[in-house]
Amino acid sequence: MLNRIRALIVKETLAVLRDPRNRAALILPPLLQLMLFAFTATLEVKNINLAVLNEDYGQVSSELIQRFEASRNFRNIRFVDSSAALRDLVDRQTAIVGVHFQADFSRLFYAGRSPSMEILLDGRKSNAAQIVQGYIISIIDQYNSETTAPGAQARKEVSITARNWFNPNLDYIWFTVPSLIVIITLQVSMNVTSMSVAREREMGTFDQLLVSPSGPLEIMAGKTIPAFILALAEATIFLLVAVFIFRIPFRGSLPLLYGSLIVFVASIVGIGLAISSIVATQQQALLCIFTFMMPALLMCGYTTPIENMPNWLQPFTYANPLRYMMIIVKGVFLKSMPIADVIGNIWPMAIIAIFTLTLASWFFRRRLA
Amino acid sequence: MNHPSMSLRRLRSLIWKEALQIISDPSSILIAFVLPVVLLFLFGYAVSLDITGLKIGVALEERTAESESLVAALRDSKYFDVKESLDRRGLERDLVSGRIRGIVIIPINFSRKMVWENDQSPVQVIADGSEPNTANFVQNYVRSAIGVWSQRRAMETGTDMPSQVGEESRVWFNSSLESKNFLVPGSIAIVLTLIGTLLTALVVAREWERGTMEALMATPVRIQELVLGKLIPYFCLGLGSMAFCTLVAVGIFRVPLRGSLLSLGLITSAFLAGSLGIGLLVSTLSKSQFVASQIALVLGFLPALQLSGFLFEISSTPPPIQGLTYLFPARYLVQALQTIFLAGDIPVLLWTNGFVLAGFAALFFFLTARVTHKRL
Repeated sequence: MLNRIRALIVKETLAVLRDPRNRAALILPPLLQLMLFAFTATLEVKNINLAVLNEDYGQVSSELIQRFEASRNFRNIRFVDSSAALRDLVDRQTAIVGVHFQADFSRLFYAGRSPSMEILLDGRKSNAAQIVQGYIISIIDQYNSETTAPGAQARKEVSITARNWFNPNLDYIWFTVPSLIVIITLQVSMNVTSMSVAREREMGTFDQLLVSPSGPLEIMAGKTIPAFILALAEATIFLLVAVFIFRIPFRGSLPLLYGSLIVFVASIVGIGLAISSIVATQQQALLCIFTFMMPALLMCGYTTPIENMPNWLQPFTYANPLRYMMIIVKGVFLKSMPIADVIGNIWPMAIIAIFTLTLASWFFRRRLA
Repeated sequence: MNHPSMSLRRLRSLIWKEALQIISDPSSILIAFVLPVVLLFLFGYAVSLDITGLKIGVALEERTAESESLVAALRDSKYFDVKESLDRRGLERDLVSGRIRGIVIIPINFSRKMVWENDQSPVQVIADGSEPNTANFVQNYVRSAIGVWSQRRAMETGTDMPSQVGEESRVWFNSSLESKNFLVPGSIAIVLTLIGTLLTALVVAREWERGTMEALMATPVRIQELVLGKLIPYFCLGLGSMAFCTLVAVGIFRVPLRGSLLSLGLITSAFLAGSLGIGLLVSTLSKSQFVASQIALVLGFLPALQLSGFLFEISSTPPPIQGLTYLFPARYLVQALQTIFLAGDIPVLLWTNGFVLAGFAALFFFLTARVTHKRL
């Protein structure tokens, strides 16, 4: 029986890898995605174009503008001379934010009457706009704390020191690339398993498999184990790229990471096989993959934090294996997460895996019967 | 060229054949109407960039009126979900396990230092850098909450605050700053890409796989008729799906529609034409469903998600990738859709984007026509 399974595994792995176009489709898109995601999937805002309307020309506004120019977040500062022009630049998205100093800005400041500068934000990009607003406010804060303004002997009572643990410079790539290891593992294990039965049915080789001496469980094992091998292989490539090319520190334990990945793949493979035994064509399989992957990816805390979601929707994320794997991968990578915390995230995945694999074998037997 | 002119009758029957196939294949309906609902739902509810209820821990190392009042101020903020503790070590473990996003440490001697002439009370804010965006928000929001708190205290105790530069922010087009207002229009771009590129690629590749394409070519049907006969039904399907998405966006998600339906229709048509062109080209080149679908995902779906500026800011990416975004139609569509929905018809922006999209369409049709010719 072991021999039969081994033969099936070899056959399945070859079936995936033999066709050069198939092979390319399995390897190229993930790599492309790695490069793309690593550089684009950032909610960080850099190279900002700022439009400034300065009607003040006093010392305070000039100093603030100099500070904007010196900040590495701002790339271009465009000066305009009317509020219509300011509005126009924001309208056409030439500038994401417009700053307006009124004529008496510096005078008010020296009179001890705390003037306000006006900030116009483009709500079409609310996240970016809020982040830019944050940058501007922190520049103002710094100005306020360094400049002794006239008017009072008062002083600030509280000082704030900011620290960011695990990623002191808040480098976005340290977040995206480890998460990508999970995404790629998901994609490969899903693609390999869910397309496999459909492809055999379309090519008519599934019937040959049925008349072979292999039992349903053996056939299932033959279909899942290549998925494990390929998924873990691509995860390893990504891991190496993360550590050696992107220079992201790997602080935790490698066996813990692989152990969790295996449980994770088990939970995904179950879903993939279930899809594979329901659908009739590869096209339908692809659609099912898609309908599963989009919600799974968008509701795992990767794109946006889970606590931003409405309360009624949050409980659904507990059924999503990605939710746990994302915590583990960042924890093991950056935080050197203790084993107890990792296990706390593995057992929910294990339960999901048992559930999906049982479901898959049930569908599989029904299909064979 | 035995048949120099196109025959409307043949074209009509080709369109009819394709339409019947669409209706009889559940997956087309799934892509055109079910998937859009799923996507709009996800981007309307599940993906939200609006921070609320950030879980933070406050390490209260002394209990005085001042420190308690600062904690109360953090608790009152709608941005935080505060967990209080006397011991910072427990909170540090929570930060590692991901149960909280940041720690605010109010140290011993906090109140005493506040009144000392030549000292300031140091408050430390530690954020979980493994999620940089959230960490940024933790730092910014704690800073501003503490700022508001000390200003209020100064007013209550009657001490003078020094003259300070303040800011007054106004948000145009989306004054409530709700991310769904720009994510939902952006996700329509993804829906259109799926229909245009993925569905077309799959359908045409299937015909090649099954050999029905060659069969069609053996008939007196001309290439142009064949291409148009494929495209027109999917074009209509795309427009229908667009109308449906707009209804859902405006009716259910309450996204404003400030521009005109005419500009919405024109921009959509220009984009659909190009994206159908890509789908057709991909399937003609690959002739296999699996490969066609993978290429369609890479050329259509990924750029729509990653290179369109719909979720991730284009200007934050390295220059070569910024250059790359100009090569995919998605960027122009997303900018146009967000503008039409939230800002209204801004002529300069819509004309440029519409023009570029039409250019893409022309290019892909030209390429497809050439490639199909060669394949004969």
